[in-house]
Amino acid sequence: MPVKNKKLNLKDKYQYLTRDMAWEPSYQKKEDIFPNESFEGIKITDWSQWEDPFRLTMDAYWKYQAEKEKKLYAIFDAFAQNNGHQNISDARYVNALKLFLTGVSPLEHAAFQGYARVGRDFSGAGARVACQMQAIDELRHSQTQQHAMSHYNKHFNGLHDAAHMHDRVWFLSVPKSFFDDARTAGPFEFLTAISFSFEYVLTNLLFVPFMSGAAYNGDMATVTFGFSAQSDEARHMTLGLEVIKFILEQHEDNVPIVQRWIDKWFWRGFRLLSLVGMMMDYMLPNRVMSWAEAWEVYYEQNGGALFKDLERYGIRPPKYQDVANDAKNHVSHQAWATFYQYGHATNFHTWMPEKDELDWLSQKYPETFDKYYRPRFEYWAKEHAEGRRFYNNTLPQLCQVCQIPTIFTEKDDPTVLSHRQIVHEGERYHFCSDGCCDIFEDEPEKYVQAWLPVHQIYQGNCEGGDVETVVSKYYHINIGEDNFEYIGSPDHKRWLSIKGKQSDDKESGSSQDAA
Amino acid sequence: MSQLVFIAFQDNDNARYLVDAIAEDNPAAEIQHQPAMIRIQAEKRLVINRETMEEKLGRDWDVQEMLIDVISIGGNVDEDDDHFILQWN
Repeated sequence: MPVKNKKLNLKDKYQYLTRDMAWEPSYQKKEDIFPNESFEGIKITDWSQWEDPFRLTMDAYWKYQAEKEKKLYAIFDAFAQNNGHQNISDARYVNALKLFLTGVSPLEHAAFQGYARVGRDFSGAGARVACQMQAIDELRHSQTQQHAMSHYNKHFNGLHDAAHMHDRVWFLSVPKSFFDDARTAGPFEFLTAISFSFEYVLTNLLFVPFMSGAAYNGDMATVTFGFSAQSDEARHMTLGLEVIKFILEQHEDNVPIVQRWIDKWFWRGFRLLSLVGMMMDYMLPNRVMSWAEAWEVYYEQNGGALFKDLERYGIRPPKYQDVANDAKNHVSHQAWATFYQYGHATNFHTWMPEKDELDWLSQKYPETFDKYYRPRFEYWAKEHAEGRRFYNNTLPQLCQVCQIPTIFTEKDDPTVLSHRQIVHEGERYHFCSDGCCDIFEDEPEKYVQAWLPVHQIYQGNCEGGDVETVVSKYYHINIGEDNFEYIGSPDHKRWLSIKGKQSDDKESGSSQDAA
Repeated sequence: MSQLVFIAFQDNDNARYLVDAIAEDNPAAEIQHQPAMIRIQAEKRLVINRETMEEKLGRDWDVQEMLIDVISIGGNVDEDDDHFILQWN
């Protein structure tokens, strides 16, 4: 075989274009240039040991990213030109996109900011280059997601002001505070939180089975941006694993610090993903796999293999992993029940599953669904059918750390709500779990500052004391268009007219007693 | 406990060749077809060889071209000019 490559091989090219572009400072002290590298207690003795398995150089990066973008935008064009929104399985599906655009896409932008910042904080050239590429990737994800959804915004409600809502709406404080927590941590904690715990251990659950589900529901635009983003994630995940291995190999004193971060960020990520569980089990009219099945494959199986690999560094699986594994049979139902009750304060619609959908849930969750959830859902469906669509007008108790209402139940008894409280410097704080309570106790000075939406409403900081004013004036949710029950909503009527069917006006959701 | 590595590709024309090459070089790998994606898992180790890919494609192939079609991976990555390997130690 002829010599294929007269140019540099991959390893040498990477070495020349990355490491050799860096230099040792001569007239400034290294610790003055990189002042944030040491305060977390992480000890790095030799940055040259940093391994970049993909060995991607900037020239190759631009080449492949340009190709991905060309493919992606060709599909967006085709989707828009062919009115692709008319070919989705059911308009209920679009509500998952509303949650995605307000809850997930702004996180991509937060990740961009986070990587741009921490890339500056490392004195090692390999880490700086990897963070730089990831920052650009994350910006691309934020932009492509907004471009993909802009087509839906022309045809459906609730997508008109995502960035504003992300900063203000009660349930969006859950993803927002998650990323704010990571971005206000030191650079090594940020990488452990986002690159390792989130990207490596947990994002597959969002971008792989959910995007496969988007395809299964006829949403060509979303599956394409999802998988295009995820093709970058493969690189990010590898970075996440390398970061952890690198830190652990540098010094044994790093092990307990990293373990504490893994425990914290696994738990925070697991709580955040409750939203995704609900999207998969309730918001995809055509279902690919249940949340519990996805959790088994992407956490129990793949995460299990990962933590077995990390054993040799003295790292154990995350604390409270047993609670999270048990919760796979509950969280999606508990989250959907909550959003159903508070559907007057959301930018998307909620509904009770139809009979065949309830049967699917019963089959996928044989231990829990019929026993704990189905009767409640059938009761609510009956109430709705009789003109009493249920809305809960009492604002919920929030967890001080994850900011989710304290809706989850005890591992050993799904009929008991999980609630912890402690008094810190004379103030009482409430938590959804031991996992969140531990996080608080570790850094109370950080979490006492949490901006909790319910507290803020009651303190009068959200342009009004009643739910209707907060929802319309402060959140920019259009009442009667974006919120309430799906059946009878403007989106529902529009969908029926696209499909050439009549709407049934007596089922309108607007005549309810919601605040 | 079994320790699986995995790789997932978009179900597109490029990926067909990747899947053929992987199946040939990793006979024990399990190939799962899911909507819009193909997921391949194997015990401990999976390899993509440039030479096999070039045979399948009938043209030169750069190992980094797989970055365009990959969705996700699980395992430690070892990449050079001739192969892409996923493995658990």
